[in-house]
Amino acid sequence: MARMAGRRTLSAVPVLLAVTFGVFAVAALSPFDPVKAYAGTAGLTASQAQLDQLRANLGADRPFPARWWDWLASALTGDLGDSAVMRQPVADVIAERLGWSALLAGSAFAVAVLLGTLLGVLAARRQGGALDRAASGLAYTLEAAPAFWLGLLAVWFFSVRLGLLPSGGLTDAADDTVTLSGAATHLVLPALVLGVSQLPWFFLYVRQGVADALAEDPVRGARARGLSERRVLLGHGLRSGMLPVLTLIGSRVPELITGALLVETVFSWPGIAAATVTAATSVDFPLLAALTVLATAAVLVGNLLSDLLYGLADPRVGFDG
Amino acid sequence: MTARTVRGAAGATLATALITGLAACSNPSGAASTADAAVVGIATEPESLSPLLGYGKDGNSKIFDGLLTHDADMKLKPALAEALPEVSADGRTYTYRLRRGVKFSDGEPFTAKDVEFTYRTILDPKTNNASRTELDAVESVTAQGADKVVFTLKYPYAPFAERTVLPIAPEHVAGRQDVNSGEFTTKPVGTGPYLLTGWSKGEKISFRANPHYWGGEPAVKKFTMAVVKDDDVRATRLRAGELDAAILPPNLARGFAQDKARKTYAAKTFDYRNVTLPTHHPVTGDVAVRRALDIAVDRQAMVDKLLDDAGKAAYGPVPTDSRWFTPGTERPYDLERAGQILDEAGWKTADDGIRAKDGVRASFPLWYTSGDKIRQDHALAFASDAKKAGIEVKTEAGTWEVIEPRMKTDAVLAGGGSPADPDFDQYQLLTSSLAGDGFNNMAQYANPAVDRAVADGRTSGDPAARKAAYDTVQRELVQNPGYVFLTHIDHLYVVNDKWEGPSTQVEPHDHGLGSGPWWNVESWKPKRK
Repeated sequence: MARMAGRRTLSAVPVLLAVTFGVFAVAALSPFDPVKAYAGTAGLTASQAQLDQLRANLGADRPFPARWWDWLASALTGDLGDSAVMRQPVADVIAERLGWSALLAGSAFAVAVLLGTLLGVLAARRQGGALDRAASGLAYTLEAAPAFWLGLLAVWFFSVRLGLLPSGGLTDAADDTVTLSGAATHLVLPALVLGVSQLPWFFLYVRQGVADALAEDPVRGARARGLSERRVLLGHGLRSGMLPVLTLIGSRVPELITGALLVETVFSWPGIAAATVTAATSVDFPLLAALTVLATAAVLVGNLLSDLLYGLADPRVGFDG
Repeated sequence: MTARTVRGAAGATLATALITGLAACSNPSGAASTADAAVVGIATEPESLSPLLGYGKDGNSKIFDGLLTHDADMKLKPALAEALPEVSADGRTYTYRLRRGVKFSDGEPFTAKDVEFTYRTILDPKTNNASRTELDAVESVTAQGADKVVFTLKYPYAPFAERTVLPIAPEHVAGRQDVNSGEFTTKPVGTGPYLLTGWSKGEKISFRANPHYWGGEPAVKKFTMAVVKDDDVRATRLRAGELDAAILPPNLARGFAQDKARKTYAAKTFDYRNVTLPTHHPVTGDVAVRRALDIAVDRQAMVDKLLDDAGKAAYGPVPTDSRWFTPGTERPYDLERAGQILDEAGWKTADDGIRAKDGVRASFPLWYTSGDKIRQDHALAFASDAKKAGIEVKTEAGTWEVIEPRMKTDAVLAGGGSPADPDFDQYQLLTSSLAGDGFNNMAQYANPAVDRAVADGRTSGDPAARKAAYDTVQRELVQNPGYVFLTHIDHLYVVNDKWEGPSTQVEPHDHGLGSGPWWNVESWKPKRK
């Protein structure tokens, strides 16, 4: 197990190098101009000489392999560089925002996994029953619904119609301090929306997996031997039925990151997602590279995690990869 | 910063959130309800709060003061200066005497050295300030003693005083760090009516009243700018009571018109939308076509239908209700006359209804920025009006990256506007020597009479001579338009009706941050019930 984790970590190095190089190349080829992005509306009245000066100051006139190499060299010494578009060190940009995104994504993931699994197991036990039909129908609808649309709907219903929950931000707009209860109430809607938008995947996989497992010979044998329905479900059905879900957990990470992007925008959540879009459209190399490394690492860790869980849950699967 | 501090800071963010959460337990909802706190919803946030990088350069920065500032009528009045500047007879030396006893919010005194530092830093090519071009006229800035600053200009520049509304940064703080990415860009220290208490990027900027403000402590003790990008979400949060005020597009502002507890403010602006007529295109380069298009557009219909009446017809960068406007240069909608002009110039209508001359079809592309609904609407309306005069306009959407290489020959639906002085818009739009310089003079307009007039307008110190110069420009534009100006757009704001003091200034193209009804929030008073 430790060997597998170690080997994966080692193989992550070339992957990360290739991905960051790719990002620099794609960004350099993109039609976006870092100088225009930096200048914003001021660029509309700036002279060409001033724009050229900015280009030189920002280093935007240098070829991308050189910029990539410089970035890599300083990143390895721990200096992630300065973000041009945010006007502050990249490390500060990430430190300010990453925690909030992780909180949002983590809560949403918990909602999706727990609720999806619970509903899936219940639906699988009585396939074709009322609960199964209602939940499946809802799942297909949700799968088709974009996360930002769900967000607007939730704001309209819970904030405007019912006045129950705040519709955006991390705290009440007039509050300066972030309190546990304040952040918790503000987290509810975005986490629910993001979680619910991910839920259909887990629900559908669990439902199918558990239903298949319940139809297998060992389960029928167990039932025939008179084992309690509870033992059958927990001991046999869940154990083999849940395996696909473990793989799913890892593979849903990228989807979760893109979903968070839309949800963060709708709810003015001060996370990293908005910064990612800004970094990309402004060709802000240092920030973009750091965020890409983070996102890639998240995906790699997600995959590793699901493989480890898989190995733990099913003794037949080894850790050799 | 090392990787270790990154991890530390990320951890600290979460830990702080949890600890402060345990310490404070009550969380009253609807905190936006007290009259000494105001929460306003804006659409965009600044990239930086450092005036050295361009923040607040047009005044009204809340955390900072400039040497001068504007009153409600956009007239200059002293702020950190004691009085308006003394200008030398040749118009090249501006002397400011500074207000005494002003302190920065960290307790350090404000002196002439800080003024010198601020301007010198902005003028330094190493500083990434994209607005530096605005200070091109400055040759040197020198502190003389503690309370006198002298600016020497390269050439006489009449509107220079308007540029000195830009905020002054403290040398003892900002001078000790990297100007482009130092801590000062997010944790500013100024002399202004408010202190920054928090900036959660992407969420909000929070301020608290400066108890030692030289202009007196503001009555609105807490002021928050909530950053809400989406128009619909902003309207929803305003309705839910989480915001006290917000900037809204016309269709959403209309929903609050009947609301007794809220007031709608329509700020008059210099914010124009126009169509560039590139001189390098065989069709738009023809003066007859330019004149015909200029009177073939139904501006009033655009104001009525596209802007819901929140705006007015535009005939040039100067709006019709400005004191700089030249009466008599309005061009009423006259399709018939437009047809005559084209006929006389030899543009004959072909079988498909589109005119042609010497084998050149009267057709040209018009670009607008994708995603901007107001520009799209204007572009389509312009194309439909042009069609009636027999000119085909093919509208196309793209980002600035796509549009920029084509600006020389293709028409663009552009926007802009700066109310402080007519020079700010007209010099850049019309001077032939600036053709194709960045985004200046996009249409590559060249007219010697206009060149002379805008040059006179910026150098002459005599207000009457300046007015005459800009009158000349506007009359010349009737004869040979460089652009078809379509509308000036009002900016709409909805504000809870519980204060005395909200009002609007004449606003520039940008809006919501420095301007908006909260431009003077420091002088708002809670309404007595």
